[in-house]
Amino acid sequence: MEGVGSAGAEHEVATAPRGGGRWARHPSPREYVRIAVVLALVTAAEVAIYYLDWVHEHGLLIPLLFLFAVIKFSLVVLWFMHLRFDSRTYARFFLLGIAGALTLFIAVLLMFRTFSG
Amino acid sequence: MQESAAAHAFESEHEATSTGLPNTKLAMWIFLASDVLLFGALITSYVVYRGRSVVGPYPNDVFDIPYTSVSSFVLLASSLTMVLALAAVQRGDLPRMRLWLLATAMLGMTFVGGQVYEFTTFYDEGLKLTTNLFGTTFYVLTGFHGTHVAIGILMLLSLFAMSFGGRITQRDSLTVELVGLYWHFVDIVWIVIFTIVYLIPTGR
Repeated sequence: MEGVGSAGAEHEVATAPRGGGRWARHPSPREYVRIAVVLALVTAAEVAIYYLDWVHEHGLLIPLLFLFAVIKFSLVVLWFMHLRFDSRTYARFFLLGIAGALTLFIAVLLMFRTFSG
Repeated sequence: MQESAAAHAFESEHEATSTGLPNTKLAMWIFLASDVLLFGALITSYVVYRGRSVVGPYPNDVFDIPYTSVSSFVLLASSLTMVLALAAVQRGDLPRMRLWLLATAMLGMTFVGGQVYEFTTFYDEGLKLTTNLFGTTFYVLTGFHGTHVAIGILMLLSLFAMSFGGRITQRDSLTVELVGLYWHFVDIVWIVIFTIVYLIPTGR
């Protein structure tokens, strides 16, 4: 992590204007590393619960896996893809795509009666 | 100083857009939104047909969760190296940017190599594209994802090569950011695939 340290923990770079003419900032390399550590820990937790019998027995596996996936997805999109810092216009387009995919997913699963087995 | 240089670079290149945002970055986000729909359709197909194969091998017969978990860690690590490459080019540290870009490409190649090995193993165990519904939906979904990773690797190596010819400098950090957006998108798609395809068990 020499490159990270030498980058300077407080270094932030303006890259794009946010609404109102302000310059959005990107996270520092140290922040990126912190997010990556959290991502690794959540992934480890995902794999760990897969092997825990009581999680299966109590029907917690699928809810927990979805929760972990949402956490990881959000961390990558908000920090690594900078949606937390950039113009909201990008977020709106991306959310439109996600909304379309979720609509398709639910509609098709209902059509094929997947929920009722 | 670096901040104002980056801001000035942005202004000089993108001031004229009607949205006030770089057109290329907006286009990348629109492309990613459309790609969400593509993967949404493929994941939906997998989920609709999961557990409906009438002949084996079934997911539980072939999946190796520890192996795929390592692949997931590799791809997550590549997202970190990608943002470090972006941070490096934004502060004008081109040698460090090259290092992180190369590391990202290597991690991506490790992931794709792991996927090729996985496909080969599954094939040897009797799971072919047309064997059953699981084989068809699994190979198409993960194959499309692997292709996206391979395209990302080509983009990373192109940036790496271009940086030696002076075509990627601090002023071109937006180009690195665009490739980074694509790369992270590939990562978030894998987050969903890993959960839905590998970790959520099926009856057979």
